[in-house]
Amino acid sequence: MSQTERTIEIFLNDKPIRVTVGHHQTLIEVLQAQGLTGARESCAQGLCGCCTLKVNETLVSGCLFLAVLADGQRVQTIEANEQALDEVQQAFIECGAFQCGYCTPGFIMMVRALLDENPDPSDEDIGHYLSGNLCRCATYPEIIKAVQRAASVRRVPS
Amino acid sequence: MLVAKVFRSTMAHAVIRAIDVSRARAQPGVYAVYTAEDIVGLIAKPFYGPAFHDQPILALGKVHHVGEPVAVVLAEDPHVAENALASIEVEYEPLPAVFDEIEAMNSKAVVHEVLKPAGTFPDLKHLSGKKNTNIALDFHLLRGDPQKAFKQADHVFEHYFKTQPVLHLPLEPFATVAVPTHTGLTLHTASQSPSFVRIEIARLLGWPENRVQVKVPYLGGGFGAKLYIKTEALASACALLAQRAVKLALSMEEQFYVITKHATTLRIKSAVTKEGQITARECEVWWNGGAFADIGPRVTQKSGFTAAGPYDIENVQIDSYALYTNLPPAGALRGFGIPQLVWAYESHTDMMARALKIDPLQMRRKNVLREGRPQATGTLMRDAALVPVLERLAQLMHWDEPFDHGSGTWRRGRGMAIGFKASIAPTTSMAIVVINADGSCQLQSSTVDMGQGSDTAMAQIVCEVLDIDMGVIKVVHPDTDVTPYDMATLGSRSTYHMGHAVKRAAEHARDQLAAMAVEFKLTLNEVSIADLFKRKYGMQAGNVVGVGSFIPAYTSPDAQGQTLQATPFWMIGATGVELEVDTETGQFRITQMINLVDVGNPINPEIVKTQISGAAIMQMGFTLSEKMDFDEGQVTNASLADYKIPGIRDLPQFMHNEAVSAFEQSGPFGAKGVGESGTFGVSPAIANAIDDAVGVRLTDLPLTAEAIFRGMRIHAGQPLQED
Ligand code: FES
Ligand code: FES
Repeated sequence: MSQTERTIEIFLNDKPIRVTVGHHQTLIEVLQAQGLTGARESCAQGLCGCCTLKVNETLVSGCLFLAVLADGQRVQTIEANEQALDEVQQAFIECGAFQCGYCTPGFIMMVRALLDENPDPSDEDIGHYLSGNLCRCATYPEIIKAVQRAASVRRVPS
Repeated sequence: MLVAKVFRSTMAHAVIRAIDVSRARAQPGVYAVYTAEDIVGLIAKPFYGPAFHDQPILALGKVHHVGEPVAVVLAEDPHVAENALASIEVEYEPLPAVFDEIEAMNSKAVVHEVLKPAGTFPDLKHLSGKKNTNIALDFHLLRGDPQKAFKQADHVFEHYFKTQPVLHLPLEPFATVAVPTHTGLTLHTASQSPSFVRIEIARLLGWPENRVQVKVPYLGGGFGAKLYIKTEALASACALLAQRAVKLALSMEEQFYVITKHATTLRIKSAVTKEGQITARECEVWWNGGAFADIGPRVTQKSGFTAAGPYDIENVQIDSYALYTNLPPAGALRGFGIPQLVWAYESHTDMMARALKIDPLQMRRKNVLREGRPQATGTLMRDAALVPVLERLAQLMHWDEPFDHGSGTWRRGRGMAIGFKASIAPTTSMAIVVINADGSCQLQSSTVDMGQGSDTAMAQIVCEVLDIDMGVIKVVHPDTDVTPYDMATLGSRSTYHMGHAVKRAAEHARDQLAAMAVEFKLTLNEVSIADLFKRKYGMQAGNVVGVGSFIPAYTSPDAQGQTLQATPFWMIGATGVELEVDTETGQFRITQMINLVDVGNPINPEIVKTQISGAAIMQMGFTLSEKMDFDEGQVTNASLADYKIPGIRDLPQFMHNEAVSAFEQSGPFGAKGVGESGTFGVSPAIANAIDDAVGVRLTDLPLTAEAIFRGMRIHAGQPLQED
């Protein structure tokens, strides 16, 4: 191992893994090498939200987050709990809240966090929270509907 | 796998004196560095393009625009490849460059010494070998006697308009993985035109088509960017030279140098009677095509058919020029040139109506092309719901009711616009429907689903014909080893062209099943598909293969631009806008946007609505905020930080999207395409509403608060100093 590399341990979607990473490598690069392609690099400048990941309880732009900083941390990607769709994913499907789907994982990660913080968001709250996520297919009206639907499903105790 | 990183030109137009890659080659971890010299060893004539063979795989002899690929570094580690780029040295001898489309008409700077039409389009053959010109193609149309009509006119109006350079910017940038195989080459690529890629790569290599396999997964957006050859030729050459799999994935910044939407200058002049009847129209359009033709000449010609707008005008002259300049190449972007034209002719419609004190809706009602009437090419309007779209828009906007223009510092305005488009013909689509012995089936088609929902629409067509459940059908993604030829996924052609091919393939399969049933004295209603196969083959075995192909009727225009079959179908889109302008700053907000289209009979009404909405919001970006800034050919805002695309907070306060009730007689189940129609009316509807609100007429895109503010000051007789 050279001086510019380090072996880190991360709890990736609740499984511990050890990887050797370069000091300059971003978290998104490391995840892609693990075959996790749900978070995508688009702008690579923290401007589009396509690479949104959760490190511990915080959402980060994976394109800007150095992998070494994730050492010992919990990292959640869209691939976590792949067996079942949650109410946010379900609502996106029901509302047709994507076209190409490239931006979708980033939006889903954000919407989950939004609804954790604010179970009954107004359209204005939704716009504010999601303003850092871009969708070139411009599926925004459908996304707003999907968030409202997911929120109302979540509010009904099962 | 090796990763390729591209060294790009920093000059807009220059002779390459020398390239020194020795230091880059010596970097630890660098596998290879290639320049045009290496490419020529593999491909003697390394030029590609759908209309002209003008684009080199790597710059050969000279560079034509900033960002043109000059050299490529291969390494296993992308950072190693990227870092090595910095040690490549190129010595240039600058040449005079031309950036403006009007200047390019007569410029001493000539982008290509000789024109090289591809030969695939017979109507470009006469341009072969032409020298000392930047005009890649000129299209002319003449109907009636415009000059005479202008002389006799009550009123003549002439206006100039401009549109700015913008780009597609799919969030997934261009990417190709090229893998050498023992039979040839396999490409995994983000392409809207897998069949074209296969044919063009095979042509470059001098191979038969079947040695090149092109596979396309789902795309992260396309919008016309991922057509023809983008990263495929360079990735292929690298893979074959290195004899290793090579990945070439571009960055967001690089996207700004690959393909753009034509900036244009437009002149439009109309002769009008006192009552508002348009009797003659002249249109001149100059398309800034950038350094390589791409599909620009086709944009120039096809959009030329409808440059005079959806109006019944007896005397029309259209002159449309595709120009080479030293900017990044321009191609087709969601509308194939139509949004630029509608911007001009629908702004012009309102400007005339205002001058004549005629209501803008009445002006359109009076002149609109009615069913069965010939448009500028002489082709009759058939199944073109122009009138229903216009009337429904008027109804939804309550146009006949009084409108509150506001008071105080906020002023309100409303505007409308309507446009139309001829589809792309003649183009071919093929499809295969395979039925398996258990009754499940797969559809093999080279249509690329990039978010428009074509997989769903095509599956619906198969299910409808075969009377089967959506659950039993699988749509096989484009793979040229198994999916047959399709011209490309572009120009809203798939629903119609591929829709027909798929329908025919499904019918062919159904007919074979019916014949099988007859062998057992049954009809298809009396036996399941699975039972039928069991009876025929004694077990779960066998297949039925249905094939279908489609090429619509089309007649090339004559020297006067006249033809009786300009298009297989007409696409129509209209937009109505209400907005509020802050007269103290020029800032404005769109309070209502209504988008109406004619898609014939929608195959999937929900997807159709999303397409209209997405197209309109995208066009709103091209209208309000998006603009590529250039300095000597260098893009100075090649980042999402400085190039503003619409976000979730930029939506109109209220939006309504609707397909009018219509039916396309010649379409599959009465359907026609929808991907682009939502873009047509957006820009002029907004500009018309701004004029209605504050009396400021903007003729250049984008429409900014600053331009409105300057306009209001001029209007008030207090221009800002520099105006
Ligand atoms: S890729 Fe990370 S924010 Fe755009
Ligand atoms: S769905 Fe295509 S970018 Fe959002």
